[in-house]
Amino acid sequence: MAKVFVPTPPSPPPNSSTPAIQWLKRNFFNSPFSIVMTLLSVYVIWSIVPFALNWAILDATWTGTDRTGCDANPDGACWAALRVRFWQVMLGRFYGANPEEIWRPLVIFALFVVIAYLLLSETLPGEYRLYLGGFALIVFPVLTYGLIHGGMFGLKVAATSQWGGFMLTLILAVGGIVLAFPLGIVLALGRRSSLPVVQWLSITFIEFWRANPLITILFMASNLLPLFLPSEIEVDKVARALVAITLFQSAYTAEAIRGGLASIPKGQFEAADSLGFKYHHTMGLIVLPQALKVSIPAIVNTFIALFKDTTLVGIVGLLDVFRMAQTVSRSTEWKGFDYETYIFSALIFFMCCYGMSRYSQSIERKLNREHKD
Amino acid sequence: MSDLAIIIRNMNKWYGKFHVLKNINMEVKVGEKIVVCGPSGSGKSTMIRCVNRLEEHQSGDIIVDGIELSDDLKSIDKVRAEVGMCFQHFNLFPHLTVLENCTIAPQWIRKVPQKEAEEAAMRYLERVKIADQALKYPGQLSGGQQQRVAIARSLCMEPKIMLFDEPTSALDPEMISEVLETMVNLAETGMTMVCVTHEMGFARSVADRVVFMDGGEIVEENVPEQFFSNPQMDRTQMFLEQIIRH
Ligand SMILES: Nc1ncnc2c1ncn2[C@@H]1O[C@H](COP(=O)(O)OP(=O)(O)OP(=O)(O)O)[C@@H](O)[C@H]1O
Ligand SMILES: [Mg+2]
Repeated sequence: MAKVFVPTPPSPPPNSSTPAIQWLKRNFFNSPFSIVMTLLSVYVIWSIVPFALNWAILDATWTGTDRTGCDANPDGACWAALRVRFWQVMLGRFYGANPEEIWRPLVIFALFVVIAYLLLSETLPGEYRLYLGGFALIVFPVLTYGLIHGGMFGLKVAATSQWGGFMLTLILAVGGIVLAFPLGIVLALGRRSSLPVVQWLSITFIEFWRANPLITILFMASNLLPLFLPSEIEVDKVARALVAITLFQSAYTAEAIRGGLASIPKGQFEAADSLGFKYHHTMGLIVLPQALKVSIPAIVNTFIALFKDTTLVGIVGLLDVFRMAQTVSRSTEWKGFDYETYIFSALIFFMCCYGMSRYSQSIERKLNREHKD
Repeated sequence: MSDLAIIIRNMNKWYGKFHVLKNINMEVKVGEKIVVCGPSGSGKSTMIRCVNRLEEHQSGDIIVDGIELSDDLKSIDKVRAEVGMCFQHFNLFPHLTVLENCTIAPQWIRKVPQKEAEEAAMRYLERVKIADQALKYPGQLSGGQQQRVAIARSLCMEPKIMLFDEPTSALDPEMISEVLETMVNLAETGMTMVCVTHEMGFARSVADRVVFMDGGEIVEENVPEQFFSNPQMDRTQMFLEQIIRH
């Protein structure tokens, strides 16, 4: 007769003592070199932080409508300058001068945040996300232009030449990535096409934009293009920059998506083929939904690079948040407060890019988890 | 003529200079169950993949349900509409639920309304005994369950012929029987089936004929009793001895 098999009950792992000290040892004091580096870092932080803290916060001038307060307090930062000019730095000259109109960009910004949150988090069921994506791609840009530019429904006109600041940075970066996205998909599919002509065209297009720095492309778009166009056609400066950024970004988006496409196993194509799917079905229903998900971290990374690159539009005379902040410290009113304006725009860029980079990391972790299942 | 589901005549295929399939001749009657076996690399997968044009043959004819496979895309679409296929690694769509895996093809290719497609899918999932998992994603299922979903997914397109390429060889031993049982049930419905498999028990009980391939050729073809008890070729004998020893 066979013996009865009795499974062994599980027992907890042996517990390790004082995890905090172990962690310190492992991370900061695990070799003579790391001990030296740790002590050195502590010394550097010790000597910088109190000074920075005093200058930026404790001794800073926070209030005041002109520079008298700041001039009386040369050992502290002059945040009053940025408080007075805040809306100009965030929204550009028109809205800086017309504070009663700032609700227009603010409404758009709020909508943008809500849409981005709903699309990127997984709170909405797939079908609604598709509709919202359509809304974001087609209706939202029109709405943005209508409300921010005005000129209809009795809204005051805010000419694009008066756009600027963080608003312009966002419009160029987000507009660029959104417009580049469909183009990037087409280019990525084209690059993997079995038709040599299509493939060749896609490769040439992608490599052309990748081989040129954005600053060159912006320069060409703003200075060379008008030479080729008949003089009565005048293309808006913001629109020209947006087109240049879109073309530039589409090449990077295409490469990110191509990476995603390459990660889809051959079996998915074979299963789709065997079920009778045609090319557009296979791509649209099976391959792209998976490939795009995989390429989100890579796309976000190229977007972070683009976001920072938008400061380059300064060379074609557009005032993004960095240049707008600069105008403050170059105005006669607030001349000389350069550190404040640089630190302010650095902080804005840091918050946006750090947020995006954390987002892309969390997506990556999530994808890794899913792949393990 | 019309009682022949698949006709393969003098079919040859090369990968570059490599002659993978050499002068293949085979006929499969409607309702017949064929088991294809042979050592690794003998061309079994390549042959059945030619039947639904996942691979292209270079000479000879393949006629499926009266439709000759050629470069004409229409003929390929028509053949694929009649032929379902199950793969060694299931190849379910991981971003879709089990139910969506089963409805996506009928909905988009045959334009079946969603409700009808879902009802049909539930019937087939019922048949492969996995209806209770319909709302899960493939990644949440065991290998055996995934393979049964894959079978249901193919059946939802109501094919006349089913091809199986080693459907159980990626599975843990405990899950093989549930998939084989599903295939036996399918065989009982009268489906025409061509199965590449090394499950000799399945071959004995279900197959009308066993085809043995080696080096890209069909070496021997016989009814199961004869094939197993009295193989004609020495190569077949060697192969059978090997798999019995395992
Ligand atoms: N795409 C390809 N390009 C070149 N050679 C290939 C390709 N696919 C398969 N082969 C070769 O063709 C031969 C037959 O392959 P096939 O996959 O049909 O064998 P099989 O009988 O199914 O083997 P297994 O039992 O390992 O699945 C093998 O030698 C294989 O290396
Ligand atoms: Mg094989």
